Amino acid sequence: MGTADSWPHLRTHTAARIALGRAGASLPTTPLLDFKLAHARAKDAVLTHFDPELLAAQLRPLDPGLLIVESEAQDRATYLQRPDYGRRLSAESAEMLSSRAAMPGPDLVILVSDGLSTTAVMTQALPVLAALLPMFREAGWTLAPLLVVKHGRVAIQDQAGALLHARLSLILLGERPGLGSPDSLGAYFTYNPVPGRSDAERNCVSNIRPQGLEPALAARKLFHLLSASRHLKLSGVNLKDDEPLLGGGAVPGLT
Amino acid sequence: MIHGTGGARLKNPMAYHLQLGNSSWSFRDLKTLMAKATPLRSGDQLAGVAALSMEERVAAQMRLAEVPLQTLLDEPLIPPEQDEVTRLILETHDTEAFRIVSHLTVGEFREWLLDYETDSDILTQVAPGITPEMAAAVSKVMSNQDLILAASKMRVVTKFRNTVGLPGRLSVRLQPNHPTDDPQGIAASILDGLLYACGDAVIGINPATDNPAACASLMRLMDRIIQEYEIPTQSCVLTHVTTTMQCMERGEPVDLVFQSIAGTEGANASFGVTLNLLREAREMALALGRGTVGDNVMYFETGQGSALSANAHHNVDQQTLEARAYAVAREFQPLLVNTVVGFIGPEYLYDGKQIIRAGLEDHFCGKLLGVPMGCDICYTNHAEADQDDMDVLLTLLGVAGCNFIMGVPGADDIMLNYQSTSFHDSHYLRQVLGKKPAPEFEGWLKKMQIFSEENRLRQIASSHALLQAPEAALPAHGNR
Repeated sequence: MGTADSWPHLRTHTAARIALGRAGASLPTTPLLDFKLAHARAKDAVLTHFDPELLAAQLRPLDPGLLIVESEAQDRATYLQRPDYGRRLSAESAEMLSSRAAMPGPDLVILVSDGLSTTAVMTQALPVLAALLPMFREAGWTLAPLLVVKHGRVAIQDQAGALLHARLSLILLGERPGLGSPDSLGAYFTYNPVPGRSDAERNCVSNIRPQGLEPALAARKLFHLLSASRHLKLSGVNLKDDEPLLGGGAVPGLT
Repeated sequence: MIHGTGGARLKNPMAYHLQLGNSSWSFRDLKTLMAKATPLRSGDQLAGVAALSMEERVAAQMRLAEVPLQTLLDEPLIPPEQDEVTRLILETHDTEAFRIVSHLTVGEFREWLLDYETDSDILTQVAPGITPEMAAAVSKVMSNQDLILAASKMRVVTKFRNTVGLPGRLSVRLQPNHPTDDPQGIAASILDGLLYACGDAVIGINPATDNPAACASLMRLMDRIIQEYEIPTQSCVLTHVTTTMQCMERGEPVDLVFQSIAGTEGANASFGVTLNLLREAREMALALGRGTVGDNVMYFETGQGSALSANAHHNVDQQTLEARAYAVAREFQPLLVNTVVGFIGPEYLYDGKQIIRAGLEDHFCGKLLGVPMGCDICYTNHAEADQDDMDVLLTLLGVAGCNFIMGVPGADDIMLNYQSTSFHDSHYLRQVLGKKPAPEFEGWLKKMQIFSEENRLRQIASSHALLQAPEAALPAHGNR
């Protein structure tokens, strides 16, 4: 019944949903259901329960001293509606970090959180960190214990970094999932993290996933950027990335 | 023309009271009353300005309905000393136009809007006398069907290379985004959209980078396609206004100047714009003289929640702030303005119900102020919404006479990671409501054998002109 389009060859140039054909002028059944499947996967990525213990079990071999902390958002529904809660550590977690603070602080604290895609953090965090941590250790950086954060937003990195007196704070978290990318991880870092840092003072590396920026490549990029940040003593829009599309600026909805 | 001087305002704003049986409700000032009267949405809860109970919300609506429109002029929600948007609203207020409704309360204004006798002509006449605060206030006491009926009577027609907003017409912005701005990928989506009869509002690309050279190459790509196929439409790269200004200085082919705008000076500052900067950009675009049937050279996008997101909301509810963005837009006589209603996320509009309501409010308020409103009917994957909710809003806005919608391949924007409306969606709406594209574009579609005489999509042969040598339109094989 449907009418096929005569330009399927244009699909080689883009992942956009073009040359879908039509029934009358409406979508044929196959692309209609394909779209629903992609949306279902993206929704599942957002709504999947995040168990910090499961992620911690994955990551503990990389850092036996790993700690689990939580934001003020107690559940996923609250997390989605109250970004301000996700930006703050719970009182208990904040106290725990203060009690472990030492002077001088470490060069870097790394946080890992579910963000807006549990799927992303459960699949991409391990390969990124497995490549990234050895680079820092080899370069002689001092690292705070790895922090697994339940229901965190980007800016929670500032509070955690400040409490531990870290020079730099890096957070890896699930990005807002697109239909074709339910498993995309984002990485944000700030130099001299203190609560109240603006997004213009942060750098971002996004779209970390096998079909986007591969985890091992992302790790190299992050190491390069963080090293430059430490050297120049700054982060944000003034720390320029020489490669296009991967520099400063934030992804809407994450911060 | 100028109304509402500083001296006329009260130093201590008046409180508003209402007795409902045994319950007595008090609202500290007008902005509190407006916020509490706003239909439920997560962004107002996040800001801490929402009503705390259902009854408080309706009580506020009842009290707001009794407020004279004149009061909304006399008691600015954000002081003019602090905000250039307020100054713009007061300084450009047309007292003569306002006289038509100046004797009405908010509740009476609703009834006036719905009256048989209130037609397109009188609504066009009154528009310069309406402030965003009046539009927002009346919308808060209107039902969804009221917002649709009143808006359906309003006409805002604009022109550049074609005519957008005529009765019985529905235009589409062709949105061919690509995650790395790949010219061939973008051209492929443009051809797909044109062959699906879309692109009469604008062919508009959200670039992945604000780099001026990259934006310029996209401008040239679209300009080549428009010239090659003699398409009566306009192009736009939706980059920051300063980037577009740089491109214009370098002689790049700029049709429309784009900018995201908001309803407070502070929120606009967070976007890196002032009214003067927008004025300057518009003058530059006008000087290029690239329009053929008109000179509406600006394209603005807005969306509820942007001011709170920028921490520049002055404790005013997000819907009123959104209406103030339309006063900013109105000043620059744009070709197109659209709210990107569900893009901002569930912390501002939680679910399909809230997105649908906001889309109807934004369209109504914009049109009432005389702004050529379209809507990016959209949602993100962390909102409680799906394509069925978009179908509902699409249908309602079609009935309300929305000037234009987005056309994204398969409704899936692979660069911005959100879902909007598709080329196919525009045909759904055109079929059920009998809507046609902009007249100049409709003529082109027939000439190009894309549309039949009955405005149905024709079967496109692989020998069709648009498919013959699409590479000819691309930079690598460019013939210009």
